[in-house]
This record gives sequence, C-alpha cells and structure tokens, in this order.
Amino acid sequence: MSQADLSIHGQVSRTSATEIMTAPTFSVAAKKMAMWLFIIADTATFAGCLVAYGFIRNATPDWPRPFHSISNVAVMTLVLLTSSLTMLFAERHAWMGDKAKAFRWTMITAVCGIMFAALHLREWMGMIREGATLFHNPWGTPLFSSLFFSITGLHLLHVTGGVVALIAVGLRYQGGRYNADDLEITGLYWHFVDLVWMFVVPLVYLLNLSH
Amino acid sequence: MTTAATHKNGGMTKDLIVFVCILALAGLQFVIAYQNITASEMLVRMLSVAVIEAALAVLFFMHLAENRGLLWFVGIFTVFVLLALQYGWTDSFRVLDGVKWSK
Repeated sequence: MSQADLSIHGQVSRTSATEIMTAPTFSVAAKKMAMWLFIIADTATFAGCLVAYGFIRNATPDWPRPFHSISNVAVMTLVLLTSSLTMLFAERHAWMGDKAKAFRWTMITAVCGIMFAALHLREWMGMIREGATLFHNPWGTPLFSSLFFSITGLHLLHVTGGVVALIAVGLRYQGGRYNADDLEITGLYWHFVDLVWMFVVPLVYLLNLSH
Repeated sequence: MTTAATHKNGGMTKDLIVFVCILALAGLQFVIAYQNITASEMLVRMLSVAVIEAALAVLFFMHLAENRGLLWFVGIFTVFVLLALQYGWTDSFRVLDGVKWSK
C-alpha cells in the first residue's frame, strides 16, 4: 500500500493514500452525501415549479380561488408532519440498536405516507368531479388546474416513492442487510418530502382560499 | 466525534419539542390564510413562517445542526439556486401591467 507523508501542525504522520482518498467529505459518508446532493437537486426542481407557479399566478389577472375548506389539507399536513416525527423515532431506535422498534416506527411512517396519499387522491377526485382536469378548469384560467395537478402530483409522486423506499429499506433493515445509516438516509428523503409540503400548502392551497 | 454520540443517545424530547414548534407554525399559516389582508402581505407572512419551519426541519429533523461543514455546503447551494430563480419576477409584472414607459 502506498504511503504519504502528511505534516499537520508541525508533526509528521504517515497516512495511507487510500485513507486520504476515502476520507468522507464534511465527515459525511458517501451514500449520505449522495442523498444530500439529490435533495439539493430536488430542491431546485420544486423551487423551479413553485417560482413558475408564482410567476403565472402573478401575471394572470383573474386567478381563481376555488378552495372553500382547508380541513382536508390541514389533516394532510398533520399526517405528513407526524410521519416525520415517527421517522425520527425510527432513526433514534435504530441508532440505539433496537431493531424491532426501529422497524415498527418505520412501518408507522409508511402507513402515514399511505394515509397522506389516500387523502390527496380523495381531494383530487373531488376536484375532478367538479370538472377540474390537467387541461380544464371550471373556475377560470386552465393554468390553475395545470399547475395545481402538476405541483401536487410531483409531490405525491415523491411521497409514493418515499413509501416504497421506507417499506423496502425497513424490511431489509429488519433482515440485517441494511443498517441504521441506511434508515437515516431514507429518513433524510422523507423529511425533505415533508419540507416541500411546508411550501406547497401556503402557495398552492392557502393563497387560493375563497373568503 | 460528538455528533454521532449526541444524536444516537436519546434526543426524543428534543424531537418532540421541534415537532410541536413546526406544528404550531403550520397552524399559524392556516390562521394567516383567514386574515383580512392583501395577497402580497399574506404571501410574505406565509413564506416567512414556511422558511422558519423549513429551517427547523433541516437543522433538527435532518440533523444539519450537528454538521456545520455540511450545513454551509447545503446552505450556499440552496440559497444560490433560490436567489437565481427570482430573476423573472419583474417580467411577470410586465405581463400583467404591460410596459409602463410605452403607455
């Protein structure tokens, strides 16, 4: 193995070149760093969608405000925020080595994700029954429906992917193929999905509430 | 390294406190939605609350508070992207109002 001399604060130590090459960036493991890079890229995607939505909303004089009730979106928010807490509990138990509890909390998180998706689809169905589709809006400009279904659909796609990932990683963690770090990385993604919802709710739902 | 040791042992109370704070802020957004204010004022208030919520989630749920290096890395990239996306706002007002000096 090749050796490299390193001078740190006047002291000379011999460190293997392999150790230097594999030293994690920012003291973060490579797979965790990869997830962070994905999250940064996905932040740009969602930010792009939300800014485009804001641009079009601002430039359209008679923007519709079709939402009469916020009860459904409030329950959806509560479910998604709670799922972040249950995911944190799963991570904590995994770090403490309590595999059974970590798996249980991961599955509870997945159930919360499924509940969120079901509530979301219920809301979509309600809007579709009123005549709103991707290309048609009964309340005015069709841009509203296009943007609403695109942004919430992109988020719902992320939630669905997250649920699949939670179940897959949870099962493999329980089976001993994955460790606590893998569960934490999946948790990072899940918290990100939660974080995006914090911006989708005010911009897409609450600002379009009819008074 | 203290980071791993700190968040590996317990910390559920801290998680609960942060969760309650985020829940309260989310509730505040719903209260703002029913205030009798202009859309732009509402947007500013809601986005301010959302930014605080997001900061809490990133720092404590995603554990960035425990890794300063990564916090800077993620922060700089994200802020740069978000700022770069703001360049088109003036054009959205032009679409709405037309070019003022041509009238």
